[in-house]
Amino acid sequence: MKILVGVKRVLDPYVRAYVKPDGSGVDLSNAKMSMNPFDEVAVEQAVRLKEAGAAEEIIAVSIGPAKSEETIRTALAMGADRGVLVEGERNLEPLAVAKILKQIVEEESAQLVLLGKQAIDDDCNQAGQSLAALLNWPQGTFASGVELEGETTKVVREIDGGLETVELDLPAIVSVDLRLNEPRHASLPNIMKAKKKPVEKKAAGDLGLDLEPRMKILNVSEPPPRAEGVRVGSVAELVEKLKNEAKVI
Amino acid sequence: MAVLVVSEHNNSELLEVALHAVTAASRMGGPVEMLVAGSGCAGVADTCARVGGVERVLLADAPEYEHHMPENIAPLIVGLAEGYSHVVAAATTYGKNVMPRVSALLDVAQISDISAVFSEDTFERPIYAGNALAKVQSADPIKVVTVRTTKFDAAGIEGGNAEVENVEAAVSGEGSRFVEQNLSQSNRPELTSARTVVSGGRGVGSAENFRMIEDLAASLNAAVGASRAAVDAGYVPNDYQVGQTGKVVAPDLYLAIGISGAIQHLAGMKDSKVIAAINNDEEAPIFQVADYGLVEDLFTAVPALTEALKA
Ligand SMILES: Cc1cc2nc3c(=O)[nH]c(=O)nc-3n(C[C@H](O)[C@H](O)[C@H](O)COP(=O)(O)OP(=O)(O)OC[C@H]3O[C@@H](n4cnc5c(N)ncnc54)[C@H](O)[C@@H]3O)c2cc1C
Ligand SMILES: Nc1ncnc2c1ncn2[C@@H]1O[C@H](COP(=O)(O)O)[C@@H](O)[C@H]1O
Repeated sequence: MKILVGVKRVLDPYVRAYVKPDGSGVDLSNAKMSMNPFDEVAVEQAVRLKEAGAAEEIIAVSIGPAKSEETIRTALAMGADRGVLVEGERNLEPLAVAKILKQIVEEESAQLVLLGKQAIDDDCNQAGQSLAALLNWPQGTFASGVELEGETTKVVREIDGGLETVELDLPAIVSVDLRLNEPRHASLPNIMKAKKKPVEKKAAGDLGLDLEPRMKILNVSEPPPRAEGVRVGSVAELVEKLKNEAKVI
Repeated sequence: MAVLVVSEHNNSELLEVALHAVTAASRMGGPVEMLVAGSGCAGVADTCARVGGVERVLLADAPEYEHHMPENIAPLIVGLAEGYSHVVAAATTYGKNVMPRVSALLDVAQISDISAVFSEDTFERPIYAGNALAKVQSADPIKVVTVRTTKFDAAGIEGGNAEVENVEAAVSGEGSRFVEQNLSQSNRPELTSARTVVSGGRGVGSAENFRMIEDLAASLNAAVGASRAAVDAGYVPNDYQVGQTGKVVAPDLYLAIGISGAIQHLAGMKDSKVIAAINNDEEAPIFQVADYGLVEDLFTAVPALTEALKA
């Protein structure tokens, strides 16, 4: 079985996002970039499935600027076998991402696609579900448990009320949540080995797909800051303030 | 053209989140209609019919829809969508599961988690864990939208007198089967709609210690939340998590205890009306957003606070 994993290059989760003064977007020049944290979990899961003998090959796909090759190399160092880089300068909408992933899934005849539940830059939480729709495959979203059992997979999903388990026939799409596993750090030898693993490059514009943005970003702004608060010296003072000043208790 | 709200329910009751989605939908232009898809859910449709401003309720009642599986709910919505300018749902795990499937089948780009409606095609949505707000304009013929419920008041279940119409169940999705749900039981108010939320973080230290947070919450009639670190450490179940990748809450009072205030946590609570924090590290970033900050050991402050509130 082949597993396809989507890995997006995003602003590092522990770096603050600054809005550009002209309101055109978030300033990413010189910012530290990383693999989307959810995608690290997806790669880890794929590698574990391969280590358990449930999969033969893992293909890491990234769609984005040329530098996204670094993100693919990270996935290769974690244990993915090869990469596909679909280059395009624009940050594509999840619908366009899903269309590209569909094409690659079909070319590769992948049986399982593991994506993150959400990219932490656009916070869209769409690509996996949209890809499942385009392929007409079942989906297991927000997974905190994934088990392969023959021709099916059992997925434990984190939902608002607790947990839900669904069983999906393969091929299927699973979007992963952070609690599924603890991604490994690549060892130095594996980082060296990853440099030699193959990465196929394609241009997004050559795929013959409608990738035009459907949404115009009119403006990006900073949220209004909260008014500065005060320190209280004791529990009694806290209670007094909440009661008489804020009037919330 | 009308706006269709996909209502969330458990087959017997309409969930409050749907009422927030109705309010957002009512700002998008046309009259509001609701879809109730489920099994044995006619009572839910009757509730929807009474919601103020709702002009028609579509009821798709079939055994296949019992577990709200996206593989068969999505084609149902797609089959109905042609007649609508917008299809709207709350940005809950239900809405997030189904709606991107709908949008892809319609070949339109979903507008996720909107926090404001400017016009029929222009919306605001938070990005980068709420560190930026994007104003976006959609060019798609049908707008598929999910709604951040804390940003829109709940519509009232009163004043409406809509007709309920049955709609034909669409194709049943194949390839997926519901196995089970393990829902957390709690006698505390529901997290996303509670007026007061008491949340504990890693500083609380253990599941046993979390009882302290529960006791404090009880004395305030508050819901209990948690940081991701507290959930990961197994102090509380996953559905307690507040943040970028958990629940978004905006109560009148949010009390953060032993929580450092990472951006991902702030993303889920910084729209609260009043924020109070208890942390023994005076440098903790949570104090930058707290209206009231108390630098103290939580193991002395929390029991004292619970006592003071009982008095
Ligand atoms: C992609 C991504 C998504 C994430 N999503 C979320 C999310 O949705 N929600 C979320 O919460 N986090 C999320 N996180 C994690 C987030 O980055 C932080 O790691 C997490 O919020 C930290 O939780 P915490 O504040 O409880 O723990 P810590 O950061 O460890 O803070 C514990 C605090 O407790 C205080 N403390 C300790 N002992 C005491 C005591 N005795 N008395 C008083 N205070 C004490 C300490 O001073 C400290 O400030 C996400 C991370 C990533 C990468
Ligand atoms: N440009 C991209 N390249 C590779 N994978 C992506 C890309 N965008 C989104 N994905 C995948 O889809 C998931 C959900 O993204 P989103 O719908 O944008 O929140 C991510 O966690 C990735 O696994």
